[in-house]
Amino acid sequence: MRAMNNTIIIGGGIIGLATGWQLAKKGINVEILERNTAGRSASWAAAGMLAPQAEMGFEDIELFYLCRKSLDMYPRFVEELYNDSGIKVELEITGCILPGFDRDDAERLRRLYDFREKIGMPVVWLTGSEAREIEPFLSPRCTGAIWIDDDAQINNRLMLDALKKAFVKCGGKLYEDHEVEKINISGGKVTGLTVHEKHITADNIIIAGGAWSKQIPGIPENLLPPVRPVKGQIINLRLNDSCRVTKVVRAPDVYLLPKSDGRLILGASVEEMGFDVNPTAGEIFRLLERGWEAVPSIYDLPIESIDVGLRPGSRDHMPIIGSSEVDGLFFATGHYRNGILLTPITAFELSNWIATGDPSEALKGFDISRFYKETV
Amino acid sequence: MSNLIIAGKEFRSRLIVGTSRYPDPHTMMQALEASGTDFITVSIRRLNLKSADGQESIMNMIDRKKYSILPNTAGCFTAKEAVLTAQLAREALETNWVKLEVIGDDETLFPDVTELLKAAEQLLADGFIVLPYCNDDPITCRKLADMGCAAVMPLGAPIGSGMGIRNPYNIQIIRDLIDIPVIVDAGVGTASDAALAMELGVDGILMNTAIAGAEHPVKMATAMKLAIEAGRLAFEAGRIPKRLYAKASSPVEGMINS
Repeated sequence: MRAMNNTIIIGGGIIGLATGWQLAKKGINVEILERNTAGRSASWAAAGMLAPQAEMGFEDIELFYLCRKSLDMYPRFVEELYNDSGIKVELEITGCILPGFDRDDAERLRRLYDFREKIGMPVVWLTGSEAREIEPFLSPRCTGAIWIDDDAQINNRLMLDALKKAFVKCGGKLYEDHEVEKINISGGKVTGLTVHEKHITADNIIIAGGAWSKQIPGIPENLLPPVRPVKGQIINLRLNDSCRVTKVVRAPDVYLLPKSDGRLILGASVEEMGFDVNPTAGEIFRLLERGWEAVPSIYDLPIESIDVGLRPGSRDHMPIIGSSEVDGLFFATGHYRNGILLTPITAFELSNWIATGDPSEALKGFDISRFYKETV
Repeated sequence: MSNLIIAGKEFRSRLIVGTSRYPDPHTMMQALEASGTDFITVSIRRLNLKSADGQESIMNMIDRKKYSILPNTAGCFTAKEAVLTAQLAREALETNWVKLEVIGDDETLFPDVTELLKAAEQLLADGFIVLPYCNDDPITCRKLADMGCAAVMPLGAPIGSGMGIRNPYNIQIIRDLIDIPVIVDAGVGTASDAALAMELGVDGILMNTAIAGAEHPVKMATAMKLAIEAGRLAFEAGRIPKRLYAKASSPVEGMINS
């Protein structure tokens, strides 16, 4: 075991906070530098769905297993978090309906169903009536649906509060409004960084800057994480007696997610608009229109707020977690739409990796070298 | 096999590929490579054109030495919007080529023909090289050609429907009626659809969802490349006439009788 006296994490999103907390727990000196306010970008705008199955694409099997493993770690993660923060973040198993409303939807759903069945996942096909028994607020136009009963969710905003508290309680230091000016590397090894014109020494630096990860100065050219901002807009409605949806509804082009804090989240757009975070008429209109088609009774719900977040999308939409050819330079970014879901596995595995010096088996293949094979 | 030439510019491939709806950018880049295309279309209103050098964005990933860019006006409902969008693309991407798309309706995504003709007229007057996405209507296509468009791009079926070439007779009439390139744009679902269109003698095919939405996009891109080559070669080779009765491939005339 190497003597680690100082690790700096760049980025105070959910990944930075959780990894920092786990490192601090192990007795390592950890500082988190956040350019703005901790946990207020993608981590905040996220809906907190933990749905590896519902999200999976045809070529995502490797990522699916990583997500699945992370979901299995959640009970331990929230229990430890409760012990260190006193805040109880519940893992809620809500179940998820993917409804179809016409012939084209049915064809699309059948394809998703067949794929899941082929690779041996628990998945149920429902008739329109069966779907509406499970979620009575679903539109009567529903002709059929897929039912996934083990998809879960979490209150990510409460989890952010808990993580901040736990991190500080375990001895970590969080600095907000601290934008890193430069990472310093010498002789193939991290030496520290410059922030607010001050030099700070560090043995390890973890890049957890989300969508901004590529913009941090000082990362060597051949290790720049290929991460771009992928804009997402969500609408927070307030549930009341006119609409008491209890299941996650993933309709075509929109999901409706009831939260335990009384919100109904309609999300989310997926836009390639750089760092723009303005809500737009068209995307909000589309979310409301599609949401209303799936669950007509949202009509009278008050709009509480609109949030816009920038997901960190790597070039292959898989996370970039692990060490690099620069000694002491680690990455934990590019989590794209799976940031909340992949928080436990990132925090547990990476903190263990840094503390012991032993690379994580579970994270094998997810490090940055996959983008720069020719230079390694 | 002869090459595709549009407005004097020669292309290696007869396949134009769209850049939307891929599972991720890495898959998109691999699919473009596998398709053999050298001409790709990008949605101006769906992409960030202003990303600085070194900033990660879809536009910055595309090697412009390898691919010619055809900006498109997808998402425009009026001639005015389409013209402004094309002008924005010309400024940001430094090309005066445009795939002109003016949509009449969100459900069918069929073109609005009157708005399309209006926009084409204005863009041509403004010095654009215009490739309009249009109905498989020979008269509209002829009008667009007469106005000075560089190619016409009739649909095979609605955008993203994968229904194939629904009216091959119209496509054939369009091919016969006008003397600029005819590119089938939209509707292709699988490789045989592409081969069939090429056998009708069209000059090229533009597709996006057929590749991007396949379970394995890179494989489908390869399939499309081969189908388009096969279809074009078959067209140039000249197929045999269809017959009702068999005709032996080994001739019986002149055989030595024992």
